[in-house]
Amino acid sequence: MNASASGGDSAAPVVVAAPASSKSPALRLKVEQASYAYAATDRSAPKFTLGPVSFEAREREVVAVLGPNASGKSTLLRLLAGMAKPLSGRVEVNGEEVSSLDARTRAQRIALVQQESELLFALRVWEYVLQGRYPHGKRLRFESDEDCLLAGNALAQVGADTLRDRWMDELSGGEKQRVILARALAQQPSLLLLDEPTQHLDIGGKLELLRRLRCLADENRYTVLVVTHELNLAAEFSDRIVLLHKGKCLRAGPPAEVYERELLAEVFEAPLEVEMRANGRPRVVLTGTRE
Amino acid sequence: MRPLTPRRVLGICALLFAVLFAAVVISLRMGAYPIAVSDIVTTLINGTLGRRDQIPSEFWLVIFGLRLPRIALGILVGASLATSGAGFQALLRNPLAEPYVLGVSSGAALGAILSLIFAPHAPGAIQIAAFIGAGATITVVYFLGRRGGQLDSPTLLLGGIVAASFLSAAIIFLMTTLSGRDLRGMAFWLMGDLASAPLIDLRWLYLAMLIAAGAIYSASSDLNLILTGEKEARHLGVNVDRVKLVVYISASVLTGLAVSVSGAIGYVGLLVPHVMRMLFGTDYRVLIPTSAIGGAILIVLADTLARTIVAPTELPVGAMTALAGAPVFIYLMRRRVR
Repeated sequence: MNASASGGDSAAPVVVAAPASSKSPALRLKVEQASYAYAATDRSAPKFTLGPVSFEAREREVVAVLGPNASGKSTLLRLLAGMAKPLSGRVEVNGEEVSSLDARTRAQRIALVQQESELLFALRVWEYVLQGRYPHGKRLRFESDEDCLLAGNALAQVGADTLRDRWMDELSGGEKQRVILARALAQQPSLLLLDEPTQHLDIGGKLELLRRLRCLADENRYTVLVVTHELNLAAEFSDRIVLLHKGKCLRAGPPAEVYERELLAEVFEAPLEVEMRANGRPRVVLTGTRE
Repeated sequence: MRPLTPRRVLGICALLFAVLFAAVVISLRMGAYPIAVSDIVTTLINGTLGRRDQIPSEFWLVIFGLRLPRIALGILVGASLATSGAGFQALLRNPLAEPYVLGVSSGAALGAILSLIFAPHAPGAIQIAAFIGAGATITVVYFLGRRGGQLDSPTLLLGGIVAASFLSAAIIFLMTTLSGRDLRGMAFWLMGDLASAPLIDLRWLYLAMLIAAGAIYSASSDLNLILTGEKEARHLGVNVDRVKLVVYISASVLTGLAVSVSGAIGYVGLLVPHVMRMLFGTDYRVLIPTSAIGGAILIVLADTLARTIVAPTELPVGAMTALAGAPVFIYLMRRRVR
């Protein structure tokens, strides 16, 4: 299915792009019965388990991972990013198992955008974005002109061109989010993962970010996977939804298939209605407090 | 956008080498027997070209016999301590981390004293013992500084301070109870000075310093990313565990070899990297070499002051660096560094 890309910085140059592929959208991400378990020590019983999760995503697709707190969203993201090896099953990006890739190759293919830890020493925005070129660099990794061009284009793509000489610690929440995204784009990944990127943004910022991700997926042929709590934005901008609850994957598919009133009401423990809009995308409306 | 280039790094280093050379000339000039700058330069040139017969014997004695060996020792110690401080700051993600504050220097000093007690004549034993002392201390402080699986900055510093005072007490105990033996003075181990010539050929120490500092330099682009966060560095493809191991070992070697020949000189690892950051930016690819040269400049100048300011009495060089370093430490503690 094809989602409507409404708005964004379409005028920005498209140099930051994934490698070209055949005409039909290529399969980018394949998650096959992947599961995981956390334990405090090797011998103790697992504290949290993520049951087998399966779904696929093609290039230019936006996938939203939904679920209440402690449903396993971050764990799934760790598996997809190759930070943890699945207990069973497989996670493949471009046909290669993620956990078997070495760290640099993985960083060339997968970029993960998280809430950033505080910087120890202040950096300029351009210095920060250039860090995204690290996985492509050589020994000591002095940046080339091409690296600068790609970092500049990444900043342009997120509409943060004017911020390049600012200090990172002077940026507002929304500006910082864009710069962090630009660093991920400078990695030239084929899979872009975002962990609750809308968390500290106001409603306008959330909308703008999701629009931008939609555009990036379309223009750069990325596969974008977003972990979020925003049910309506996810329904509006994503091609697939993965719904997690208490470590289990309840459903994975297009928004219209996943958004069922009873299912969502039970998972999020909130009284709600699901309306189908004219564009075929569902909308969730809260109906008041539960009796 | 003006990314760092190898050319710029070399240019900055050349500039600092010129400053270091000036500091060396100043240090050679000053003392109980003053020598004119022109004589120093002529003596140095003749000495380098092997024309000893053209050098007056008193110049030869003062420059090549007394002052230059001490300066060479100062350069080694300053470069080692400053590089190791810059390394610890990135690894522990703490701008106040440095060997003296973290107790690593005291650990190295204790190791060195123990080797003087148990193996006084074994060549290189003091350096190896100082390295083991440094490595053991930073390991203990690292685990003391962890809370809930994460390194906690204030806890880490408190752990370091506690370790430093415990180890200093152990040093004082050993020095007091074994006062009849030749263990050098208590002030040497607690404050540091460059007055006593090392028991080992300096060339070996320079070789070890270059290898250890080179190892840290080879990881400098990884350290840049570790500074922005370990998790982020992993995601960007840094082999964080390997980098940490290399830098921990190298920084401990540097601290160990500096302390083994000069005692525990404080604050060099704090002062120098911060000044270099202010001058040339936070990029470790320029910070490591500039810190090494800057550390050398600082120690050469501080030692010149230490031996001339209240001449004929000599102050320990560690007293001079602490006088300058303690206020900077407080300043940094109260203000985030840009």
